[in-house]
This record gives sequence, structure tokens and C-alpha cells, in this order.
Amino acid sequence: MLTIGVLGLQGAVEEHLNQIKAAGEQAIIVKKPEQLEEIDGLIIPGGESTTMRKLMDRYGFMEPIKTFFEDKKPIFGTCAGMVLAANQLTGDEEAYLELMDISVKRNGFGRQRDSFEADLSIKGLDEPFKAVFIRAPFAEDIGEDVEILAVYEENVVAARQEHVLVSAFHPELTGDDRIMQLFIQMVKTSINKAELKTC
Amino acid sequence: MEKLLGTDTVKRGMAQMQKGGVIMDVINAEQAKIAEASGAVAVMALERVPSDIRAAGGVARMADPRIVEEVMNAVSIPVMAKGRIGHIVEARILESMGVDYIDESEVLTPADEEYHLLKSDFTVPFVCGCRDLGEAARRIGEGASMLRTKGEPGTGNIVEAVRHMRKVLSQIRKVSVMSDDELMTEAKILGAPYEILREIKRTGKLPVVNFAAGGIATPADAALMMELGADGVFVGSGIFKSENPEKFASAIVQATTYFTDYELIGRLSKELGSAMKGIDISKLAPAERMQERGW
Repeated sequence: MLTIGVLGLQGAVEEHLNQIKAAGEQAIIVKKPEQLEEIDGLIIPGGESTTMRKLMDRYGFMEPIKTFFEDKKPIFGTCAGMVLAANQLTGDEEAYLELMDISVKRNGFGRQRDSFEADLSIKGLDEPFKAVFIRAPFAEDIGEDVEILAVYEENVVAARQEHVLVSAFHPELTGDDRIMQLFIQMVKTSINKAELKTC
Repeated sequence: MEKLLGTDTVKRGMAQMQKGGVIMDVINAEQAKIAEASGAVAVMALERVPSDIRAAGGVARMADPRIVEEVMNAVSIPVMAKGRIGHIVEARILESMGVDYIDESEVLTPADEEYHLLKSDFTVPFVCGCRDLGEAARRIGEGASMLRTKGEPGTGNIVEAVRHMRKVLSQIRKVSVMSDDELMTEAKILGAPYEILREIKRTGKLPVVNFAAGGIATPADAALMMELGADGVFVGSGIFKSENPEKFASAIVQATTYFTDYELIGRLSKELGSAMKGIDISKLAPAERMQERGW
């Protein structure tokens, strides 16, 4: 069984934990940086990116997450998680974790009154995905090594670069676990690769 | 790819993103920036914090739209604002301004003593106060996308918030083990919509996020409410009526995230200066209690 951690500083933590457990894997809440050593993959959930950023700074998450990333362990960021994972942010704000070669516009789709649901075509999925966008960001400049997984109104809303996955919408708010399955596959692949190296 | 705005999922989901966080009352751009810098997940823009509303007396209305706008322009986190219970037009004005959440709030003087807003009619989501499961279920029935315990606003006294949180959660536990044939009578006793009560019985929880509010004044108060089962906390007067708002705000945010780390909360509480001056609830005349507003 895999162990997947959800960064538990603030936000929709429980919703991700439930999806991980429903998929038959072990789920833990990550509240301290040292817990990163116990997990095979990390989810940075939706929430307020500025709040998470303050708490990550204060409790020393920055370097341990970078190490986790450099060890090729998979990371999945939804909404706020996508903002935190970006190499660049539109506007004055400085980028944070810099895990993916994208430039992200925070609240790109607008305020809460512009929040919406839509059926979204996602690369690799046969049927459309009911995507829930809440004060959602989108990616503007996409690096060459980034694989675009979904586009809405000409804006990139899901992408993957090696072992990092991001979505501007919230798969954890729907009963559909196909994106979670995609991430679990990424975690399984990373474990197989790591085992090959140690042989 | 039809775009659906203002659905239940979108409105309730917005509150789910606030979980584990602190929503702070602010009265201008400067306070809003302090709140954002300390890690608030949202700010509530208003003209006076509840303890000042209490002191000022008179009719308390929706904030001057200039203040709401000033706060919206100052921060990138969500901005909430309060409208009077049942005041359709105040709510529509706030909605048209693009505030992210409206609090149909007993802190303001009710505009309607009989009817709350039909919140399902709006695109903007609403948060409402509750003291028990019946009140919680009625507000959900009207379309509230988020709840908060009422507590007793502007007192700096946690006792009512504790009472209301315990009440709601114990009633949920009671309903969830009831047999199906007992449920209609319980709905009658609570004054709760039957279908909503049935959903609560089936899932064992409220269908929307429930924060604590009304009297939280210290990091330990915030942690207490989380320990009792709140999804997050609203802090009204507690921050900007304290001796050192920056420190109080940041300490309350940290105590809310790490609510079982008592050593940390102890450390956070050490050098804060004094909290807001509190009020003994028994010293409040019945007419001064805000929690009885609404039904």
C-alpha cells in the first residue's frame, strides 16, 4: 500500500484524505516537515495560498519539500497547490516552491462570483471530468517540458511535468476519483523507478 | 463545456477551502493588510467591530460600500461582508459589488424579524449563524452555504460559542443514531427541514462547513473551538481590540492550525500582551444579547 500525505496546514484536507482512502491507499495529514519522510507522494490541497505560504515559511517546509521534489517523489497541487508549485506568478507576487515551469495567474478566472463548474476534457481520460473552479488560477506561460492536460477558455488548467501534477480545479470536491488515480499511478511509477535504481 | 455559476458545489466548496483557517473582522485597508500578512484565510469588512457596535448602540447596518471596496482593493484573499438579517437589498448590493461571501448576521440590527433571506436565490454564497441543529438546518434549507455558531459577538467571552458548538454537534450525534421512524418527530421538535435532517442522519455530519464565532479572544480560545469540532474560526473584535493585533492575529492563525500542540500554543500565548476586555454574559441585559436575533 502507498502512503500519500496531504499538506494539512489549511484548506480542503479531509476531502483529499477521503479520496486517497477510497482508492485503497493510506492517507496521512502532514503538519510537520519531518513527516515528508514517511510518505511516497504529497498533495498540496486547495485553500488560501497566502495562508499556507506563511505557515510553510514559519514551520520550515520550504527546504524539505524541495528535497522531496529532488528525490523525484510525486507532488500534486490543486488550486492553491498549483499557485505554490509554479515557477512564476503573474504580477508582483514572488513564486514560492518553484516545482513546475509554468507562470500562474492567481484568481485568474476572477472572484467567487466567477467561480464555476464545467465539463472538462482531460488528456488521458475517455469521458469529460466535472471540474469545479473556485476563485481559480490558470497557467499562462508553459515551459517546453510541461505536458498540458486540460485547457478551458484557452487557459491551461491542468498540467504535468515529470513527477509534478497540477490542477486549477478541485477534483476532491467531486465523487470522481480519476485524477486521484492518475496521481496514484505517478506515485507507483516513481516507486518502481526508485527500486530499479537501488537494484 | 457549459459554464455553471453559483451552484451548491461552487458555493459550499468556497467555504471548504477556508477550513482550518481564521476569518478576521477588519474595518479598513490597513487592518485588512495586517490580517492578510498574519495568515487570515479571509477578512470580514465592516464599519465597526462587534464590541464597538455594542458600545455605540443604535441601528447597525451594512457597512458603507466605500469601506468594503477599500478592503477588496487592499487584499488578494477573499472578502466577506455582513448584511442585516432579511435585508434583501443590502445583500444584493454586496453581491453586485463582488464580495466573495455574505454573512447574514445577527451582529447587525435585523431588517426582518420573521423571515431570513432566501439565499438559494443568490449567486454569492452566504454564511449564517446558528445555536442548535434546528437553526442550522433551517439556514441550510434557505440556501446558506456555510454556518458558524453564533456565540455572543463582541464580548470576548467564549462561553456561548462553546455552548452552541457542543449543542450542534451533540444533536448531530443524536440524529445520526436515530431510527428512521423517529426522524420526523425529531424534525418537528427541532423545527428542522425533514430532508436536510435525513441527509445529516445518513452522513453523520452537516452538509456545509461550520465555523465557530462569537467571543473568540485568544489563541487558546481558537484552539478550543477547533478541538470541539469547529472547521475554522471567525475572530471579530478579538484581534484589533487586543494590545498587539499583529501578534494576536498570527498567534491565533498558528493555534488554529496546530490546535492540539499545547506546548506551541503556550509559547504563542506568552508574549502577546493583553487580550480584549471581556464581558460576563450574565451582566448583559436580555435585549443586549445578539444571539437571539433571527430564529
